[in-house]
Amino acid sequence: MDIDKRTRQLSARLAYIRDIFGPRENASSALLTHRLEEFLNRAPELGVLDLRREVDRLEELFALLEGKLEDELTPMDRVRIVRHPQRITLKDILENVYDNYAEIGGQDEWSVDPGMLIARATIARRMGRKTVHQPVMVIGQEKGHGQEFRNGGSIKPFGNANALYYMRVAETENIPIHTYVFTPGAYPIEDYPGAAQQIARNLFQMAGLKVPVVSVISEGGSGGAEAIALADKRLMLSHGYYSVISPEGAAAIEAGLKKKADRRLIERCAERLKITAKDNLALGLVDRVIQEPALGARPDNYEFFRTLRREVIRATDEVVHAAQGLGPLRALVLRHRGGVDPQDIFVRWSLSSSAREALLIRRREKFRAMSAHAFVDNRSLGTRLAVGLARGLWQVHSLLRHDIFARYKRRLSGRIEQWEAELRALGLGMGSLLGRENGGACHGVPPEALSRLTTLSCPEEGVCRVEDRWVYVSPKSREDRTVTCPNAATHGCQDLWAPDLYGEFAGVCAHCGHHFPMEYQWYLYNVFDFAHAYEFNAELEAGNPLGYEGFDLKLAEAKRATGLGSSCITFETRMEGVAVVVAVLVAPFRGGTVGAAEGEKLIRAIERARIKRLPFFMYSHGTAGIRIQEGTCGVIQMPRVTMAVRRYIDSGGLYLVIYDTNSYAGPVASFLGCSPYQFAVRSSNIGFAGPGVIRQTTGLEVPPGYHRAFLALSRGHIQGIWDRRDLKKNLHQALLTMGGRNLYYR
Amino acid sequence: MLNVKEMLEELKTSPYEEIEIVTPHTGEVHFVGLKAGDRVAGPGGKWGEKPGSTLATITREKNKKNICATQKGMVTDIVEDLEGKFVEAGVRLLTVRHFLSKDEVIARILKKALSLFCAPERAKYYFVPEVDGKIKAGGEQSVKTRDGMEMFIVSRMKRETPLSYSGPEGIIYAVYFQQGDNVDAGQPLIGVCQESQLTLIQDVVNRVQGEWEELD
Repeated sequence: MDIDKRTRQLSARLAYIRDIFGPRENASSALLTHRLEEFLNRAPELGVLDLRREVDRLEELFALLEGKLEDELTPMDRVRIVRHPQRITLKDILENVYDNYAEIGGQDEWSVDPGMLIARATIARRMGRKTVHQPVMVIGQEKGHGQEFRNGGSIKPFGNANALYYMRVAETENIPIHTYVFTPGAYPIEDYPGAAQQIARNLFQMAGLKVPVVSVISEGGSGGAEAIALADKRLMLSHGYYSVISPEGAAAIEAGLKKKADRRLIERCAERLKITAKDNLALGLVDRVIQEPALGARPDNYEFFRTLRREVIRATDEVVHAAQGLGPLRALVLRHRGGVDPQDIFVRWSLSSSAREALLIRRREKFRAMSAHAFVDNRSLGTRLAVGLARGLWQVHSLLRHDIFARYKRRLSGRIEQWEAELRALGLGMGSLLGRENGGACHGVPPEALSRLTTLSCPEEGVCRVEDRWVYVSPKSREDRTVTCPNAATHGCQDLWAPDLYGEFAGVCAHCGHHFPMEYQWYLYNVFDFAHAYEFNAELEAGNPLGYEGFDLKLAEAKRATGLGSSCITFETRMEGVAVVVAVLVAPFRGGTVGAAEGEKLIRAIERARIKRLPFFMYSHGTAGIRIQEGTCGVIQMPRVTMAVRRYIDSGGLYLVIYDTNSYAGPVASFLGCSPYQFAVRSSNIGFAGPGVIRQTTGLEVPPGYHRAFLALSRGHIQGIWDRRDLKKNLHQALLTMGGRNLYYR
Repeated sequence: MLNVKEMLEELKTSPYEEIEIVTPHTGEVHFVGLKAGDRVAGPGGKWGEKPGSTLATITREKNKKNICATQKGMVTDIVEDLEGKFVEAGVRLLTVRHFLSKDEVIARILKKALSLFCAPERAKYYFVPEVDGKIKAGGEQSVKTRDGMEMFIVSRMKRETPLSYSGPEGIIYAVYFQQGDNVDAGQPLIGVCQESQLTLIQDVVNRVQGEWEELD
């Protein structure tokens, strides 16, 4: 009986090896197959003792060759390991790592999203003879061992919303959160409020969660992973992968095919993307790697679960220690852990209110420091010093002007207001006493505006429209040809003459209002007055941090063609007299993709706006997502920039996002989507994944117009749709009506 | 009285519809290498979002547009003399012979044989309880219609008003709407046929279902 069981286990181990290494020729696998077959053929003739001896030998051989095969694992083999049905799942972890748990986010298929598992768990810690049960909130994707209803850990928007809800519960209860990332990527359907929008909401909230968050990554598929992976400590399983895109997806893009790419190209892409735990550790994107047994952890590797338990306890202890400090002896032991089991040192995981603030500061600093060398900084040493000095001066200025002077001014004006109101109530009129009323004249209104508002229009001098006078006119308007509106068949639009359309009409169909795409320069000059703006950080340029084969050439070509160093332009300008900081994502530069340089520029722009108390506008002329050639250095920009946005909004700024043409994937699922004020230029498309990707990943066909701005508006993703010609006016209106408390011009 | 059998015979002798493809506006025409007898596809995709086969192109003011097939069928008559010439709007370029499917044949017959009662405005429509009960118990054809008979409830913005049937007497042959769904103005609600023609119509429909050969 025992022999049968052990033989079956050996067969299963061999099948697993074959699954992992796929059709690749492998001597070790062939030897194991041969020896096992030989044993099975001879088995009926052998006695019990011989059988036991043979099985012992075979087990030894398996262990030896598995160790050898471990060294031969390619990145793609690791992808196959994490996707294997025998891979450990979150339920295995809950069973073996925690001492007790109760699922609270639904049970199996009876859940808003069966792929998202949420549980309250406890970890028992020893305190002398006393046992303390420390509660934690465990959140993660559950792939299930072949359970189809789990959707392979691809989470729908409501699954992520559920996770977010329980994160806030944990925050209320002041207990740490352990997240386990087991997802190939988010499920790209645009249910309320949109796949990207929900991930952005998660990131925004996690950026400000005031409890320790520890995440463990096994399969980290881009945006889906980020939805729960923004953490104070990020651990990674040694056989896991963390990537911007699946190797298959990268290969399809690389080959420019809509079909599936061939196996070799997929293998190559997996290598180039630097997706393994070792790579991510070297890039500084995870804190530690947890070693798994040879060929990856499976549900019966109990020793691994013990290691995992020790590591998550240690990570949580470290986060708590960093935020609120421990007693000197425990701190000493934590620093020099040699051979000490973390379970033996007691650390209470609930944080004091001051420690909660310290936790946030450390989290911000941690993410701010990531991918710091993944872009090209062409600034001279002198420029860097000058920028640092200017920043310091601005901080001092801001402190004096806004934090000290303005506070007293506000208090004083508040009191004066009260006294005036009191006097007015008495019918005396403080204003008349102070001589501030001058017979109804309008204060603060410029004379031209006053005359425009109060005098009659003069039709003989032409139409009184100011919006037709464009500073920048598209070069497309120089072509002598007509253009057909895409709505011509349904709306009966006449052909438009290009000089009219791209000139006076600003690219808007005169009949149906369809917005033809316009160059980013049109917006820069006609909306943001770029001619008089001050551009900063132009010297930060996109690089090739992973040394992605062939990418240097493509990047150089993009830089040459656009004259830009990255897809992001950041500048300070004035809109109707109000100073604002603006960041533009430029579609012609590598599809407006975001990498380390763009992330850094955005963070610096947001910091500038925060320090100078200016509103911050983000105009997405178009973005295809995160730049896949930068791998996880690109993905990490999602939490990095979102954290900067969170800090800016918390400090009272106005962050407003405008979408144009096509905006998809990572940026929309993070720093763009987290804005409370998002508007779209008409005829733009907003979403998480395009129709082709949705078809490939889910098998669903989406109707035409699935990502249209109007549908995004109905879903509650954006707050409004603006006509391109009214953009400047609407932005000024937004300056007057939206945003937080710290905008100096109010 | 309508002779549905004769109508079917007529359809059998020419089991297709000829669609003339004409220029939408002035411009220079170029054909795309189609010959008479070639098969072309109509709009495809789940939502008809993919345009049909390109039949020709027309260029006006350096703006080249495809002229696409609106139905699947066979190209029969191409005016090849127009190749590369500047033409006026409405000039015939070619003809597509679209072979009728069973459903199309049945729809044509019913359109002529039935008297349609259409929705007067966009609203949700329901049968009055009496008619609804009859339909549920004995099927659509158990309801006899007469002019002025109160038959529908029109529900618009949660305000319900009765609607009377107007048209010839007969029995309901088909119901074209789902109760509770919005129906656009002008869309048919029911098709009514004379009681005497019911068997004949059913017979013809059955024959079409069984015998009609789809040539596409």
